[in-house]
Amino acid sequence: MSKCPRKIAIIDYKSSNLFSVQNACDYGGLDATITSDKKCIKAADAAILPGVGAFADAMKKLKKLDLIEPIKAFIHSGKPFMGVCLGLQLLFTESEEFGLCKGLNMIQGQVRKFPLQSEDGKKIKVPQIGWNKITKTNDSDGSPLKNVVDGAFMYFVHSYYVEPADNTCILTKTNYEGIEYCSSVLYENIFATQFHPEKSAQNGVEIYQAWAETFVS
Amino acid sequence: MNIRIIPRLDIKGPNLVKGIHLEGLRVLGKPEDFARYYYENGADELIYADVVASLYERSSLHDIITRTAKEIFIPLTVSGGIRTIDDIRDVLSAGADKVSLNTAALKNPEIIEKASRVFGSSTIVVTIEAIKQADGKYLAYSDNGREYTGVEVLGWAQKIEKFGAGEIVITSVDNEGTGKGYDIDLINMISNAVNIPVIAHGGAGKLDDIVDAVNKGDADAIAVASMLHYGFVEKNKTDKSGNDEGNVEFLKRGGKNSRIKTADLSEIKQHMIENNIFCRN
Repeated sequence: MSKCPRKIAIIDYKSSNLFSVQNACDYGGLDATITSDKKCIKAADAAILPGVGAFADAMKKLKKLDLIEPIKAFIHSGKPFMGVCLGLQLLFTESEEFGLCKGLNMIQGQVRKFPLQSEDGKKIKVPQIGWNKITKTNDSDGSPLKNVVDGAFMYFVHSYYVEPADNTCILTKTNYEGIEYCSSVLYENIFATQFHPEKSAQNGVEIYQAWAETFVS
Repeated sequence: MNIRIIPRLDIKGPNLVKGIHLEGLRVLGKPEDFARYYYENGADELIYADVVASLYERSSLHDIITRTAKEIFIPLTVSGGIRTIDDIRDVLSAGADKVSLNTAALKNPEIIEKASRVFGSSTIVVTIEAIKQADGKYLAYSDNGREYTGVEVLGWAQKIEKFGAGEIVITSVDNEGTGKGYDIDLINMISNAVNIPVIAHGGAGKLDDIVDAVNKGDADAIAVASMLHYGFVEKNKTDKSGNDEGNVEFLKRGGKNSRIKTADLSEIKQHMIENNIFCRN
């Protein structure tokens, strides 16, 4: 087993390529390590839950690696926690993927699938793959998005989007083919984005640094 | 939807190369130099295509991917010679974000399903290398457009979607490298047959070709090679050191290609916006 991260744990549940998140952390000078070890996660000062792929599969893998309770405990401890893409969706109550699948329920709300057709009958390509704008819905001062301009382009890859029960946690919204959805949240010690900051060029990579600045003195 | 512009870098050994109809490869420079330049100039993603895909040159591709992933923070897709789940894992662990399959998928379509399950749909791209037949039908070829398979592209595209791939690259082998424009009928047919994004590839020779691929072809993203590469070669003194392997005659002659009207990424995006195409700018 690799050494425990001193500062930031990038949680590896064997579902996706974490090198891009690691590279982005390295670029920002953050002390981050990829780990599946619950002791290492517990010992970290902050944690990142990345991920691409299917919600149900990811929950199964988290369960198999016995990471569900350690992640919940970490979030309850109040330490900074960041979710990216599927890592945002997993924090919610449940997803409508293949029937209903329970999530970590750290933020109340649903995960919904993009429709394949718009209201005016136009075909919608799903997944959404590519760049889209984020529009700030809340004051982002003090949040990891404080340096990002309103309307900045970020890189998205997803077929599902989150619908928080309480709108006040929504930090930005994004519009895909007429569907306006929540593209990032700030909820207590959780910051999570539907887009991939680590794939969103300079603007994006710097979000990891800005996030770290919110808790590293 | 914001249309992506994706520079496609064909790689042979340590070199960036460019051919016509995927063959007759010329050395243009070092792939990392081109990649960095495109990243800094607003490329939306990058494609690295290992065009010889021979195993003994694999390690150099690995190093190129790793060096790129450390300094370039946009998605990187790697294609060429990827045959197995282990090959995919290898390329991803070198730092690629997505892989694109062609020959392996034609031989064994189940690999699309398996790979999508293991790595996530959005990680798995399938490239269709299409050649128009005398009777007007388009057939998919394997091995860089060389091997006949008899598979019709329309049904194949729908199968690719059903098996769970996240995107399709549609390459017109007939138009590739020629600068005569994208095959609009082909792109339109594929894009409208599936619900997943379709990347048009092969034939761009001028700015209007890109606009046509979107406005007439309904492409969701555009792969561009010659227009960008020859522009880079014209503007920059490309590094010719260590490039003695391969066909460097073209570079020595001054590196101009009369069939291609070069453009840089900002000119391409500006032209798209003028033609009411949304894109990241």
